[in-house]
Amino acid sequence: MTISLKINGALKEVDPAPGTPLLWVLREELAMTGTKFGCGVAACGACTVHIDGVAERSCQALAEDLEGSEITTIEAIGSSPAGAAVQKAWTELDVVQCGYCQSGQIMSAVKLLNDIANPTDQDIDDYMDGNACRCATYVRIRAAIHRAADIMEG
Amino acid sequence: MTLNTTRRKFLSGAGAALSVFVIGLNPKGVLATTSASGGNITPFLTIAEDGTVTAIIKHFEGGQGVSTGLSALIAEEMNMALEDIQWEHAPSDPSRYANLFFGGFQGTGGSTAMANSFIQYRTAAAAAKEMLLAAAAEAWGVDASTLSLSEGLILGAEQQAGIGDFVAAAGAMQVPEAPTLKDPSEFRIIGKEIRARRDTADKINGQAKYAMDVQLEGQMVVALKRAPKYGAKVASFDDSAAREVPGFIMAHTLPTGDAVMAYAQTTWAAFQARDALEIEWDMANAETRNSAAIKEELLGMVRTEPQFTGSATDLATASKAIDGSAKVVEREFYFPMLAHAPMEPMGATIEPTADGGVIMHDGAQFPTANNMVLGQVLELPPEKIQVNTLYAGGFFGRRATPNSDYVVEAALAFATTDRTRPVKLVWSREDDITGGYYRPAMAHRVRVGLDANGAIVGWDHRVAGQSIFKGTAFEPMIVRNGVDHSSVEGIADGAYTIPTQHVGLTDAVPATTVNWWRSVGHSHTGYVMEVMMDLLAEAAGADPVEYRLRYLDETNPDGARMATTLRLAAEKAGWGNDLPQGRARGIAAHKSFGSYCAMVCEISTDADGVVKIENVTAAIDCGIAVTPDVVRAQIEGGIGYGMGHVMRDQITLEDGAVYEQNFPDYEPLRMRDIAEVKVYIVPSTEAPTGVGEPGTPPAGPALANAIAAASGKRVTHLPMTSSDVEFA
Ligand code: FES
Ligand code: FES
Repeated sequence: MTISLKINGALKEVDPAPGTPLLWVLREELAMTGTKFGCGVAACGACTVHIDGVAERSCQALAEDLEGSEITTIEAIGSSPAGAAVQKAWTELDVVQCGYCQSGQIMSAVKLLNDIANPTDQDIDDYMDGNACRCATYVRIRAAIHRAADIMEG
Repeated sequence: MTLNTTRRKFLSGAGAALSVFVIGLNPKGVLATTSASGGNITPFLTIAEDGTVTAIIKHFEGGQGVSTGLSALIAEEMNMALEDIQWEHAPSDPSRYANLFFGGFQGTGGSTAMANSFIQYRTAAAAAKEMLLAAAAEAWGVDASTLSLSEGLILGAEQQAGIGDFVAAAGAMQVPEAPTLKDPSEFRIIGKEIRARRDTADKINGQAKYAMDVQLEGQMVVALKRAPKYGAKVASFDDSAAREVPGFIMAHTLPTGDAVMAYAQTTWAAFQARDALEIEWDMANAETRNSAAIKEELLGMVRTEPQFTGSATDLATASKAIDGSAKVVEREFYFPMLAHAPMEPMGATIEPTADGGVIMHDGAQFPTANNMVLGQVLELPPEKIQVNTLYAGGFFGRRATPNSDYVVEAALAFATTDRTRPVKLVWSREDDITGGYYRPAMAHRVRVGLDANGAIVGWDHRVAGQSIFKGTAFEPMIVRNGVDHSSVEGIADGAYTIPTQHVGLTDAVPATTVNWWRSVGHSHTGYVMEVMMDLLAEAAGADPVEYRLRYLDETNPDGARMATTLRLAAEKAGWGNDLPQGRARGIAAHKSFGSYCAMVCEISTDADGVVKIENVTAAIDCGIAVTPDVVRAQIEGGIGYGMGHVMRDQITLEDGAVYEQNFPDYEPLRMRDIAEVKVYIVPSTEAPTGVGEPGTPPAGPALANAIAAASGKRVTHLPMTSSDVEFA
């Protein structure tokens, strides 16, 4: 079934089988592989994207339900102020290890900073709880979110 | 990482362009440049005409920071900024990219990447520098000793030029036999606080390519429906429901009989088709035990005389010493099976080439094993097989197994087709959690005799579990007198000098497949040793740090380095200072992979005894810390990995089938679990040793000892949540 999705500001015609999660449409139909598959059951956050400004697990969102929604992925997050600040902070603090979870971490961190300009450690725990990092880069993610908040404050 | 096609072509040997300076090993394993050996060079670094220096990294980047570490070696010897070094993964070529600790085998593991590359990459870079200077000296008619190289420029008294100008001439220079390496006092990159991971840029914008991301024209995706129990085989299957899945192509039994393969146009379709397969299993040889029964079997084994002796002291001698002691401290321990669960599930793609060969795209931990498997399964000569190494989304040991499990599956999946289309094998998380190759379940029983002063007079240590190495190609290297050293490493060969210590081992009957898991045997021996040392300190009425120091003989390097590391961790954590109400500390120290790691874990407990890890303060002596911030990152990660599993993870069998399926029941460490980690590095001039694994073994016991300090409860059966510890 042909549907039209608005991804990173551009309209894309896609033709997924009914019931296909957005994750696989992004990765395989649109070759946007920055959004990762980690569990498929909403337990790891590697597949996090923004749908109408909300951080969502793309392994759970069906593509056919998203016509008319604004979808933002890791590939374009750097063009938002919070996205740029987060990427800068991630670079300054060398947060990444294997990197496989980091697209999702960044998408969740940006959502946090969009909601709360100066998050507390408790806010970070709450917003980042669904993003697992098997390399355990958590201490750096925490520090980098605080740093990104500082960068945005200028 | 640069994946530029010209360089790729060049690497594969076609058209060695003269405009690139290449230094590496020639077919004889001797340092050489392109022109000196007619182009047949496997390089460690290349320099392009525009002056771009590219490190060719022989180990795969799975997050451990090797791309940064080896690039730093080159930057150091060539006086460049680390940020200016480009890099790419080396092709698979064991004759020249062998891990110097693995025999003629190219691979990554045992925390050896830096240790085996430290001199090799520096030597290549130092030679490159000398040859560039010689070429410039000749061109300018000056003595090379008047020239220097800095930030990609050759500087003379009157002239200067970019190194790119001399790449052709330098390639024709005599390769120095023993280039002069910098004295450590001259280091300006090695050991310095520089944050410039070479893989960060790719990993913060979705551009990094992992095996999971490979998409080739016309590829088929294969998902496997695996035997529900170890030892079960496919009897027959019905794919009529799978045929209804849009994108389904075909289904075949995996030639080993362990699974049925569903081929489809996309991953999602392959997963759907896989789930729709109806399979009759032959359960005749299937495992039927429960984990509870296996645990009792293992504990039974450590209560009786062990099968093998792994120490100079025999059981009778140790028993006699213990029987005659003033006080006996005795404990049994149990460790469940654990999955590695790297964030990227396993998978690889095999692409047919025009000449009848293949390219395997894989986050390849042991590229040499990939070559061997592909050669055997596809009956191809070595020259028809290429391995394209991609980023790995974590590994912790899992991307290599003694029999290359998922690589074999990919090869068989490709071999079962007409070999005209690329075939991509994709594992789901359920495949990963239930798919075997676990850290084996282990039991320990330790009896220690103390004299009236609390000094150790005898130590009887028995271990039981499934051997990782027996029956594999690695057995001759690891197994001695029946003892798989990886089952007992870290007990008798640790940093402590323990008198009259017997180590016994009993092999368990295999319940499933097992594998090396971050820190291998140290993942359980470290826990046992450090909980025991805490118990002994308590029995002796001594401070845990002071008691450990009694057994660290500082007249030998092992004891001295561990003692220094232990003191540093204790000092930085404020060991001995008063803590507020509801707080407690635990300490642990363990040597593994040539490195010494100690840490203090501070917890808080609420009125109900619910535990929260407040902070961890660690110290590491890994010799020269080439890139200190990467070292710290690895220890931070090792701590999280060690603590997370000890807290709540286990793989259990129910009537032979794995119960845990995905992250909800194999719960990863989360952001909220550890509030703070600080890592301190012991200054050192010793050769670099491992950092990927040594952070893991002391993490669990540091937490366990903190819990004991808070509540008196000694957790000896893991995971902690199964021993009634509750975490916030
Ligand atoms: S893949 Fe969607 S949450 Fe894990
Ligand atoms: S960086 Fe490896 S899983 Fe997070």
